[in-house]
Amino acid sequence: MSGNASYLHVVTRDEITPRRAALGRWLVWGSFVLMVATFVALWLGQRGTIAQFSDNWRPAIWAYLFWGTCLGFAQVLIHGERGKRSLFLLPAVLFTVAMVVFPLLFGLTIAFSDWNLASPDGRKFNGLDNIRQMWADPFYWNALKNMVYYVAAILVEYAIAFGMALILASNIRARKFFRVSFLLPLMLSPVAVSWMVGKSMLEVRFGPLARLARWLGWDSPSFFGSPEIARTMIMAMDAWTYIPFMMIMILAGLQAIPRELQEAARVDGAGAWRGFWEVTFPLMLPISISAILIRIIFKLKIADIIINVTSGGPGGATDSVTSFIFREYRDRSNVGYGTLLAMVYLVLIVIAITVFMKLADRWMNPRY
Amino acid sequence: MSETRIFHDHEVDLAYKAKRWSGRLVVYGLLLFWTLICLFPIYWTITTSFKTAPDVMQGNMVPFVDYEPSWRGWRSLGLSPDTIFAESTVRKEFLKRFTNSTITALGASGLAVILGSMAAYGLSRFSYRFGFMRNPDISFFFLSQLILPPVVLALPFLVLYRELDLLDTRIGLILLYTLTVMPIVIWIMRDQFASIPVELEEAALVDGMSVWGAFFTIVLPIALPGMVAAFILSLVLTWNEYFFAALLTSTDAKTLPVMVASQTGSQGINWWSMAALSTAAILPLVIIGIALERFIIKGMAAGAVK
Repeated sequence: MSGNASYLHVVTRDEITPRRAALGRWLVWGSFVLMVATFVALWLGQRGTIAQFSDNWRPAIWAYLFWGTCLGFAQVLIHGERGKRSLFLLPAVLFTVAMVVFPLLFGLTIAFSDWNLASPDGRKFNGLDNIRQMWADPFYWNALKNMVYYVAAILVEYAIAFGMALILASNIRARKFFRVSFLLPLMLSPVAVSWMVGKSMLEVRFGPLARLARWLGWDSPSFFGSPEIARTMIMAMDAWTYIPFMMIMILAGLQAIPRELQEAARVDGAGAWRGFWEVTFPLMLPISISAILIRIIFKLKIADIIINVTSGGPGGATDSVTSFIFREYRDRSNVGYGTLLAMVYLVLIVIAITVFMKLADRWMNPRY
Repeated sequence: MSETRIFHDHEVDLAYKAKRWSGRLVVYGLLLFWTLICLFPIYWTITTSFKTAPDVMQGNMVPFVDYEPSWRGWRSLGLSPDTIFAESTVRKEFLKRFTNSTITALGASGLAVILGSMAAYGLSRFSYRFGFMRNPDISFFFLSQLILPPVVLALPFLVLYRELDLLDTRIGLILLYTLTVMPIVIWIMRDQFASIPVELEEAALVDGMSVWGAFFTIVLPIALPGMVAAFILSLVLTWNEYFFAALLTSTDAKTLPVMVASQTGSQGINWWSMAALSTAAILPLVIIGIALERFIIKGMAAGAVK
């Protein structure tokens, strides 16, 4: 991916008359003014200053789409062939900006306000009150602490996934059957899993796992009674769905390692154990790191299973940040506080992931 | 091998054989154990949908041996053989949710693959400059969306969608889902395009094709397997999405996962009908998983191996 070697260099002779370029510029700014005018008109209409021509903000979307289209046309008009190239990127950029950057900025403004969607008062700016409330909210800190446990569980998942990938990559029969059946949990929706496993198989009276536990000598199995066991159960269910993901990534990496390396190690007298730790594992480090990184990113979003199985209980022991904010909104419909919690979470995630990536980079490319 | 040995019963051979067989035994034992872990919940759900109350209480496992399968769970959904042609409100509800899920998943995955492939192609072939941002920065801008947890966007979107009158609409969900899967599509497709030699397009351009013509007629057909992989992976993620759907839909656009989740809360747990509903909700993806496993693995492996 790096370097310019793979870029496509195109040299074309475009004859762009000043009139054509001017037309392009006029198109961009004209539609931009139109978009701004639409926004202002909608805003004034909402406040009742002028007559309302639409009872919702949908015209704003049309205005944005129109501006985007004009921008695309203008690229070709102004830059010719180079403009056509930028058309590859432009739709995705415009879409992402509209869907991420704008809502995030909007979210920042609501994070510092008291806004109960159920009450008619609307939004009230309340400065740093939300932050003070967050600071004193033991449940939020508890949820953050749980996230650390949940992320730590990834190491166990990684070990299992690596083991299964090693077996799948070795010389076995019916590999395709095993691969398909190992992949299937990934296809299932967390909601279905939370019913299938969490509510039915772990049912205390006649769930099959409860029966198994009783048969193994645990007299009164209760999977969601004590905090530790409940958390482990949530981790296990989440692991069940996502281990295939790591396994497939590691498997792809294992199959890309040339066989000769292992053979060379064998010839040099290394057993299977040393062959793994000194040849396979180091070679797999980059893939392992990216698999773990992606898994962490997915893990930080964990919510569906928790919402549906324990809804955070017992006593917040299984709460993740997402499920906590979900309930916070469901119970009190306070958008402002929930958004602030989410924003703080985002900042923490960005810091943590940056540190992780820097550490991984330092670890993989040591500077002596 | 100069001489062919017929009997492998030398002491060394036997010891080697024993070791080899015990090794095999452990390997296949582990494989079968893990297969059991992976498949048992699915098996349990499907069989439970054919059970009646006493069968559930007694913990009967194997149909026809332990218990007589009945259509009870499916009847409560209106999908059993005797009710399939009769009028059924539950089935109507179920089919509505099913359609919603299908439309949002297909729509979002399609949109994400179109937008994402175009962007990925542009990023792998041309050098852009957008203010201070160059290609690696733009790529990072797209991929960094992956880090964004849904909860950060959820509440602002709730308010925005209310203003835009997009709450409880399929379009609203499609737009949001497109956003969540587009980074993955771009990630997979960037690798795909990077593995296609530039010379192919150069030849097409020399022959007088435009950049877009070369993209559609030369590059896309080659990159099609990768696009299918990205599409299926997006389909899995969007079909299963629960969080946004639970927050942003209420009656019209409710998707299947929300329906499943709302059934568990109310009126106690009705085992057989819940099992039937869960089975119906997971079946499409289980079939896709079995039929198109190749593509899914290809998609997930894209980032792993360069």
